[in-house]
Amino acid sequence: MPTPSQPGSGATGDIPDDAGAPDAPVTGAATGTSSSTTDGATATAPKTASSTAQAAADAAPARTPAEQTSAERSGAGTAVGKGASALRRRPWIAALFLLPALVVLGALVVYPIAFSVFRSFMNADGSSFVGLDNFTELFTDDSTLIAFRNNLVWVIVAPAVCTALGLIFAVLTEKVRWGTAFKLLVFMPMAISMLASGIIFRLVYEQDPDRGVANAMWTTVHDTFAETSPWPDARPRTDAPLTISKGAYTTKDTVDAGSPAHLPLVGIPPKEAGDAAVAKKPAKAEGGQITGAVWLDFVKGGRSEHGVIDQQEKALAGIKVEAVKDGRKVAEATTGEDGTFTLPAAADGAKLRLPASNFAAPYNGIDWLGPTLVTPAIIGSYVWMWAGFAMVLIAAGLAGVPRELLEQARVDGCNEWKVFRKVTVPLLAPVLGVVTVTLMINVLKIFDLVYVIAPGATQREANVLALQLYLKSFGGSPDQGAGSAIAVVLLLLVVPVMILNIRRLRRESRR
Amino acid sequence: MTTLTAPGASSQPTAPAPEAAAPKTSAAARVAAFTGHWAVRFALVVIGLFWLMPTAGLLSSSLRDPADVSISGWWNIFDLNGSFPWILNKDQLTTSNYDALFANDQVMSSLWTTVLITVPATVLVVVIGALAGYAFAWMDFPGRDWWFLVVVGLLVVPVQVALVPVAKLFNTLGIFETTAGVVLFHTAFGLPFAIFLLRNFFAEIPRELLEAARLDGAGEIRLFTRVVLPLGGPAIASLGIFQFLWVWNDMLVALIFADSTNPPITVALQQQMRQFGNNIDVLAPGAFISMLVPLAVFFAFQKQFVSGVMAGSVK
Repeated sequence: MPTPSQPGSGATGDIPDDAGAPDAPVTGAATGTSSSTTDGATATAPKTASSTAQAAADAAPARTPAEQTSAERSGAGTAVGKGASALRRRPWIAALFLLPALVVLGALVVYPIAFSVFRSFMNADGSSFVGLDNFTELFTDDSTLIAFRNNLVWVIVAPAVCTALGLIFAVLTEKVRWGTAFKLLVFMPMAISMLASGIIFRLVYEQDPDRGVANAMWTTVHDTFAETSPWPDARPRTDAPLTISKGAYTTKDTVDAGSPAHLPLVGIPPKEAGDAAVAKKPAKAEGGQITGAVWLDFVKGGRSEHGVIDQQEKALAGIKVEAVKDGRKVAEATTGEDGTFTLPAAADGAKLRLPASNFAAPYNGIDWLGPTLVTPAIIGSYVWMWAGFAMVLIAAGLAGVPRELLEQARVDGCNEWKVFRKVTVPLLAPVLGVVTVTLMINVLKIFDLVYVIAPGATQREANVLALQLYLKSFGGSPDQGAGSAIAVVLLLLVVPVMILNIRRLRRESRR
Repeated sequence: MTTLTAPGASSQPTAPAPEAAAPKTSAAARVAAFTGHWAVRFALVVIGLFWLMPTAGLLSSSLRDPADVSISGWWNIFDLNGSFPWILNKDQLTTSNYDALFANDQVMSSLWTTVLITVPATVLVVVIGALAGYAFAWMDFPGRDWWFLVVVGLLVVPVQVALVPVAKLFNTLGIFETTAGVVLFHTAFGLPFAIFLLRNFFAEIPRELLEAARLDGAGEIRLFTRVVLPLGGPAIASLGIFQFLWVWNDMLVALIFADSTNPPITVALQQQMRQFGNNIDVLAPGAFISMLVPLAVFFAFQKQFVSGVMAGSVK
């Protein structure tokens, strides 16, 4: 069979011992799977065969004796038609060039793979064989199961979001003159370490809305749409005519149109009420309406009478007052700047209630790094780092999309959204695939971000396989058997991509 | 999306026969295109600011007094009560964190350790990878294509697989928790990509050039150093930058294999994370300093970095 590997085995006699050894497994593999051997061998054949015959003929007269002998010895220029000129068949020199790479790769990559597989069948300290116990433990151990679940979320969500954002950014920047500046900005986080990103996002996700920008923005949005409680700390005095239940304050007695209701509250630091208007005594009601006032029944120096508006006491504006009859709300009003309110006649004979929403603690934002949101939050930081990667690759793909196709679609009456969906995206499908797969492999091994961002309290909820492997193998009470089992699982998960890469390479080189 | 058809571009060719050729450029469509045009720009500016904000937060925090950081957000370095183009609040800014950091021997020696790991790991990968890449591209030896497929297969092997075995191996060799060990580990895991990238690039070198050099009597080593390496410059630059950033930014490998008493900067800062909040005056400037070198490399060599990323999209 005229493959390059065949004459090679004939030349092994010339190879020094150290290079002879690596040859053995390859020829073994070659004879084992003969059909695929041809594939692999022809991979380089067209490249050399096309011009080598010619080149060899031209170069032949000028060849030095040394080269000639080496060429003949290695079998070049035989029926195979392999040119001696470009690819020189001097395996011992090749061996010298390859030796450092083979030694390092062999000792630190290939051997460890084999050792990890072996180690995954041994117990914690490696003293005895335990079969598949480490693997069954993986699927029963709670914290490892959480890691599995989180890894699944990571692998599905993170690459999808990065690719989608990358696609959007690539398309949007295409026709903008300063698109490159934008791309540079979004791509930049890829250059920095996951540790630095981790620290950056610990600051972003700081719980206190006064310090963490995520919660600062979120609470601003939230407070724009949701009602905020005007006086979070206000409460009635124990001797006030109000009862407390579930955060709401209700009058002990019913009100009637004749006498204005006085609803005194305390508990607000004078500093906070400093800007409030001075409370006004509620006016006598007209036409059966109910009037009243809510005010801060306290002044500094404390010489005020309880339950009476005096001494320049401050009004509590913006408090909602509900009139309740038999547990049913019949009317409601809100106190004005001067603390007074007026209820319609329907409220006559009802009890007044100040609902809890008046006094709820201020909204404190989202607990980003709490147990439920810690994984999505960390995925957010990953997207910040890697969306630029997707964008750059997709933009390169986009540059290769033929303009005429897009123009044609537009002339045919497609709007931009349709062009994007029916022409651009299908044409970009291969690029999108490569980007997604690359990101999936990357995400599978995610470690630094989780280790750095997740606070100790929620590290367990944020756990991923790579982190679990590290904790098991090198943490407290190390179990390197279980750690190796996780390593083997990680390796198995990338095997499909490994095969994909190899097949792609062979397909490309056959062209 | 509508902006992608620049209004000018589509209206020009239609000028001679407006009705027949371009039914789409009605006045309404133009208005829509124009609005869309600016909507896209606006969206990009907002997204850009959004992307910049986390980094700005770190920089700002690193320049504020820790007492200020603990009570108010980093955006307070701007005078938010002023009119819109906010001016910086000078009394919120201080370089004292950086002064303290530069006086901190431990942090400085960590940065030096990072350099001592990164430079050799980059050089070794480039040299060993170039040798092997050349052999794979231009030498013939038994099973060449099979060996190369093995290298391609190794591209995606996760480093995690090697942690336990290599720790054991380094222990035996006496290089566990040494800089040499970290360098070796990074070299090993940088090699598959290096060989893959350089072999593909070297294979594109015109055959005639190598022929000519051989006719002049150049041996393999001369050929390699005088022809292949200089011609492979762009690929070597991409690889070097990629590997440099990879190693500089690494934390996991250093966490296990580096000397824990004098670790590289990533690990040194990681050790501080447990007291996050109380030591922001060390963490923020430390993180920012550790970012400066990668960012400088990134901005100086964008092109090479991008081409490295593209070539490495299988890693």
